[in-house]
Amino acid sequence: MPPLLEIRNLQTEFRTGAGIVRAVDGISYTVEAGETIAIVGESGSGKSVGAMSILRLIPDPPGRITGGEVLFAGRDLMKLPDEAMRRIRGGEIGMVFQEPMTSLNPVLTVGRQITEVLEQHRGATRAVARQRAEQLLCLVGIADPARRLKQYPHQLSGGMRQRIMIAIALTCDPKLIIADEPTTALDVTIQAQILELMKELTRQLDIALIIITHNLGVVARYASRVNVMYAGRIVEAGPAAAIYHDPRHPYTIALLRSVPRLDRPRRTRLDPVEGQPPDLARLDQGCAFRPRCRFAVAACAEARPALAPVGETGHVAACFRGHEIAAETGEAA
Amino acid sequence: MTASVTPLHPLLEVKGLRMHFPVTEGLLTRRLLGEIKAVDGVDFIVRRGETLGLVGESGCGKTTTGRCILRLERPTAGEIIYDGVDLAGSGRKELRRNELLALRRRIQVIFQDPYSSLNPRMTVGAIIDEPMKVHRIERDATRRRQRVRELLSVCGLNPNFADRYPHEMSGGQRQRVGIARALALNPEFIVCDEPVSALDVSIQAQVVNLLEDLREQFGLTYLFIAHDLSVVRHLCQRVAVMYLGRIVEMADSDTLFDSPLHPYTRALLAAVPVPDPSIERTRTFRPVQGEVPSPINPPSGCVFHPRCPIAVESCKHTRPEPREVRPGHVVACSQVQLDLPE
Repeated sequence: MPPLLEIRNLQTEFRTGAGIVRAVDGISYTVEAGETIAIVGESGSGKSVGAMSILRLIPDPPGRITGGEVLFAGRDLMKLPDEAMRRIRGGEIGMVFQEPMTSLNPVLTVGRQITEVLEQHRGATRAVARQRAEQLLCLVGIADPARRLKQYPHQLSGGMRQRIMIAIALTCDPKLIIADEPTTALDVTIQAQILELMKELTRQLDIALIIITHNLGVVARYASRVNVMYAGRIVEAGPAAAIYHDPRHPYTIALLRSVPRLDRPRRTRLDPVEGQPPDLARLDQGCAFRPRCRFAVAACAEARPALAPVGETGHVAACFRGHEIAAETGEAA
Repeated sequence: MTASVTPLHPLLEVKGLRMHFPVTEGLLTRRLLGEIKAVDGVDFIVRRGETLGLVGESGCGKTTTGRCILRLERPTAGEIIYDGVDLAGSGRKELRRNELLALRRRIQVIFQDPYSSLNPRMTVGAIIDEPMKVHRIERDATRRRQRVRELLSVCGLNPNFADRYPHEMSGGQRQRVGIARALALNPEFIVCDEPVSALDVSIQAQVVNLLEDLREQFGLTYLFIAHDLSVVRHLCQRVAVMYLGRIVEMADSDTLFDSPLHPYTRALLAAVPVPDPSIERTRTFRPVQGEVPSPINPPSGCVFHPRCPIAVESCKHTRPEPREVRPGHVVACSQVQLDLPE
């Protein structure tokens, strides 16, 4: 059986004053039905642009999807007519964004924002849509749904707004939800509530989830597989346990070492990734991480390494020295 | 809670600090609707050379506490005794302008957002130079310029960055400029208000290390305000946890993180996922219910009781006073018991 979502060599670029920026530079991965995968990376790594490209939500100009295929349930989303694409967005693929305040319409009641989806996608009558909206609010754990439906986004707390976003994403029984930093703007206890809710609902309703985040703890708790992105490419991918316990790309290794741990007494010093992230408009033909890499050799300046299998099944890393590095870091640890 | 004798003379002592903001309605005739009790009775000390972490979720009053210490707010009540002088001036003795200036030279601040806390129209050099001009530290412009270059290099930046503008720099570099500005007056105490929250993970570690190095090099004392508990554990010797304007628990860092007592601290720590899938798989986890109530109309008794898993009837009526359950470990909860083997 083919995977629910298969992305092949997706490329998205932006034309800027400084030149062409390849924000997403040929990424490929798959998502199986019902599974949760995480896309990890820092600002500018292309993790959000990559996800927005799946839904063709790239503003053109300045952006443009320049190549690749996105096969969702057998169809290539890149080739769909606009009208059909519109039915996919918010229909079979739901979205949850980072800022619930800016992604909800401030002048419509939350009820209207849910019923609108049902009327548009399902042709539901107002009464039916209203009833379904109440059910959805119960599902996402909002008490007193009839009253809440009449309220406006500014009358709700951040956590409540994110619950509404999840309700909207669930409206048309999606098979896949893309959540872009869904809890970054929230406090830690509310973050935990929202993540547990998403985990519970995706399991219960058998929905696949792509969660985009920079929080390595969130990834460890919720994702079964992880893609690590750097400078527009996936530099390492694999099962969560392999990524955390046997990382093979120097960037992944450095990232994991640079975070302080809540569950451990302080060590003497943190081990940061030195230097700055690269300017995507000025990349050369070599590996983009090379200037910050402790393992770089002459070959790294010649070409960008492709993803190659390392370690266990499904674990790949884009590093010429992926095999040696495990041994070296093993010694160091 | 000042029962135990502190061996070292504290650099800063905060006693019964309250900061209430009026909530008004109407544009012309301001009608008082109530008060936001942003800080509602907070006591703590900071010893010379230590880093005290102040943690809690948004709206708990941690930033307002920091702003009171900087005298960017005038507290409603309480004392802020810095090296023997009361900064709060809530009583009759208002600080004179020159006294305040003298204290400001010794207490500096690093802000969260390196984008909005640097003036976009000033060069980096002018930004770092400004406090020295304001406080008339050095009249000679050439020597001040030299000092700016020194400060930049102390903060890990190229001294030639003095001629650049903030927009030409990355977030991490800007935060280093903010730190250089705070150091310009040779302060002894720095209020760090979420100094690394806006930075990417890999850059965050660089700035944390810089703050540690500077603390050692210049013998600084920090009040480190943050919501990222992992960074706090790494950087702070002692930690105070705030909830709705009050300190609910305070202890040395390892005690607080390894054996927290207050139900809120426990909930907060449990909510933070650890970057290790095999540990996460074994953790049972039930997030604390509900949301932080409004500080305009906080719950009666213990402010945490509506969300608390161990609350009893009396928690609804009686505000728990902070008590020292073991040396240096203060908890404001009537229900927690110390069941240590000894």
